[in-house]
Amino acid sequence: MTVAVASGASARDLTVVSWGGAVQKAQSVAAFEPFAASSKVPLKETSWEGGIGIIRAKVQGGNADWDVVEVESDELALGCEENLYEKLDWSKIGGKDIYFPEAVHDCGVGALLYSFVLAYDPQKLSTPPKSWTDFYDLQKYPGKRGLRSGPKLTLETALMADGVAPKDVYKVLGTEEGVNRAFKKLDTIKSSIIWWQTGQKPVELLASGEVAMTGVFNGRITAAKKAGKAFAMSWNQSMFTWDSWVILKGSPNKDAAYKLLAFMADASRQAHQMTMLANGTSTKQSIAMTPKDIAADLPSAPDNSAHAFEVSATFWLDNFDKLSDRFTKWVAQ
Amino acid sequence: MAENADLVRQLRASNRKRRLVSLGLVAPLFLFLLFSFGFPIGTMLWRAVADEEVGRAFPQTVVALASWRGTEAPDEATFRTFVRELKEARANETLAPAARRLNYDVSGLRELLFRTARRSLAADLPSVKDALLKAEPAWGEIAYWGAIRNAAGPVSMFYMLAAIDMHIEPTGSISAKPEEASIFIGIFGRTFAMALIVTLLCVAIGFPVAYLLASLPKRLASALLLLVLVPFWTSLLVRTAAWVVLLQNNGIVNHVLVDLGIVSEPVPLIYNRFGVFVAMTHILLPYFILPLYSVMQGISPNYMKAAASLGATPLRSFVKVYLPQSAAGITAGCLLVFTVALGFYITPALVGGAADQMVSYYIAFYTNTSANWGLACALSVWLLVATFALYAVYSRLVGGSKGPLP
Repeated sequence: MTVAVASGASARDLTVVSWGGAVQKAQSVAAFEPFAASSKVPLKETSWEGGIGIIRAKVQGGNADWDVVEVESDELALGCEENLYEKLDWSKIGGKDIYFPEAVHDCGVGALLYSFVLAYDPQKLSTPPKSWTDFYDLQKYPGKRGLRSGPKLTLETALMADGVAPKDVYKVLGTEEGVNRAFKKLDTIKSSIIWWQTGQKPVELLASGEVAMTGVFNGRITAAKKAGKAFAMSWNQSMFTWDSWVILKGSPNKDAAYKLLAFMADASRQAHQMTMLANGTSTKQSIAMTPKDIAADLPSAPDNSAHAFEVSATFWLDNFDKLSDRFTKWVAQ
Repeated sequence: MAENADLVRQLRASNRKRRLVSLGLVAPLFLFLLFSFGFPIGTMLWRAVADEEVGRAFPQTVVALASWRGTEAPDEATFRTFVRELKEARANETLAPAARRLNYDVSGLRELLFRTARRSLAADLPSVKDALLKAEPAWGEIAYWGAIRNAAGPVSMFYMLAAIDMHIEPTGSISAKPEEASIFIGIFGRTFAMALIVTLLCVAIGFPVAYLLASLPKRLASALLLLVLVPFWTSLLVRTAAWVVLLQNNGIVNHVLVDLGIVSEPVPLIYNRFGVFVAMTHILLPYFILPLYSVMQGISPNYMKAAASLGATPLRSFVKVYLPQSAAGITAGCLLVFTVALGFYITPALVGGAADQMVSYYIAFYTNTSANWGLACALSVWLLVATFALYAVYSRLVGGSKGPLP
């Protein structure tokens, strides 16, 4: 009976969940596929669009069919507080010291360092836009703009376009006047915005000529460039953030999950992944192995990070509900 | 006489047996409906009014606050209970769900709770209230205490009220939310308006099609009916995606318009309300045509001939004779299209802009993304209530006069 239960519990394949598109493709080639081949652990891949609700439903519903999930920083903090993830045993994945300090969390290990940047098609715009101020300038740059649907990563751009220094963005956004100011600035381009939801969508919008420029995650643009698109990015006022790998609480494949995390911590594999997807990875050693032609496209490259700032997980944890309601209201007006 | 009574008894027994057999035959279906439909809807109804997190984390604080008037900060005893329970809640992991729930009511309360919990004030202070107010002056705010008191649970109208832009004040009275925070009434209005317009479009386009189908010879009609059925059988997602391809700036429609010189630049046909109407009408058209066609098939052409022979113009005989007979089909089709349209989610999400989303989108949003299940359920309940109410009005209007037309 015990045997039956034990084998029943591990009957499900190790399931790893990432964000689809170019991101998951790179992770799959660099890590998931070689891991499944070398470890003989049957591995199943799936993708999601984020949202703590799905994770909570799976864990608290008692039928978690996901094991290893790539989550955003606020989902990491919230899920950890709510006990939805396993507390990581770092000795199983090489110890905390091999990772960048920012990639270490009680419940998660850094998966990707990436930035929300301004991207455009240089064949369509004669003068390259250099900042969010340009993004909000319909006179100088006519045409539609792509932005991520929701207040997060949108209100920040509005404030910067209105002249708020990156370091003050969350301070200003924390006040009623700051929020009003952001929406007032958004008003100026409202009719020209196309809102997207999944990470691959802005690339499609740019490729189909639907938008003149768009806010987008940098890795998607580098991947599109590799696929032959002549897109360009502006790193000025970009917003960086970490995604993390977590193991869902009560995963029946915990051992295999740790093996996969340890496998992915290998610096050469991370460097290999960076050749396909220009996002920073979690281990210190991977930096030295980064191919030269890729290094310049990483969010961590000095030229790129000089005018960048970090998306505040704590700010959005506290203010998302209120600002999201306000955003919904504003969008419909 | 005795024989008669015996016969009656036998008849009753056999009737009872037959009833039991039929009940037994229906039972699996009934149980299936109960578990697949009744149970989830019951759970949903419950979630819309359940409000348990705060009472679980602060059982005695909410009791202490029950007699609080809500005009000034609570007394020393309440503060002391609260600080003790805050520490306990943090230890036994009931704080996070309670903080999440309270943050729905007052933004920033979540962070304040965690910050205060981390502070871990000593319990033997002469005045916990003074110490806490000194460390975190925000606890002097009535709104925070009101939020905790109003969330005492185990049931409350918090979500049901929030879903229609209402709010319970710290003093306990119910009021409308400020203008910039009231969003759902507008969304409900939009949802019903969009469903109504799609229904009208379906009537305008579907009626002539159904009429054509019904008046053609059988063989030709079945061939044409395939044109209605094939899209009907095609996946909703595929049809929606096809509209994305057709209507985008570089899509076929815009190319044709530009090439014909009708417009000089591609016109925005998608990611707006227009695109939603086009795609939804296309998807829902079979739902209107099929019931109407089946009714129209049963209308004998002899009536129209009779009307003509009595001297009625074609228009008059159509309005007076044909239309009333097809009314049942029109109303059935309208009701079907309207109710299905109310619940639309994927199509507006893919071809609409952010301002074209219907209630279902927000139900999905509050379920998956922001994980506010109480609000998601409350929105579903209101949608259900509104749909039933409309149906009741409709059936009274239609049922009373055997059709909407004289």
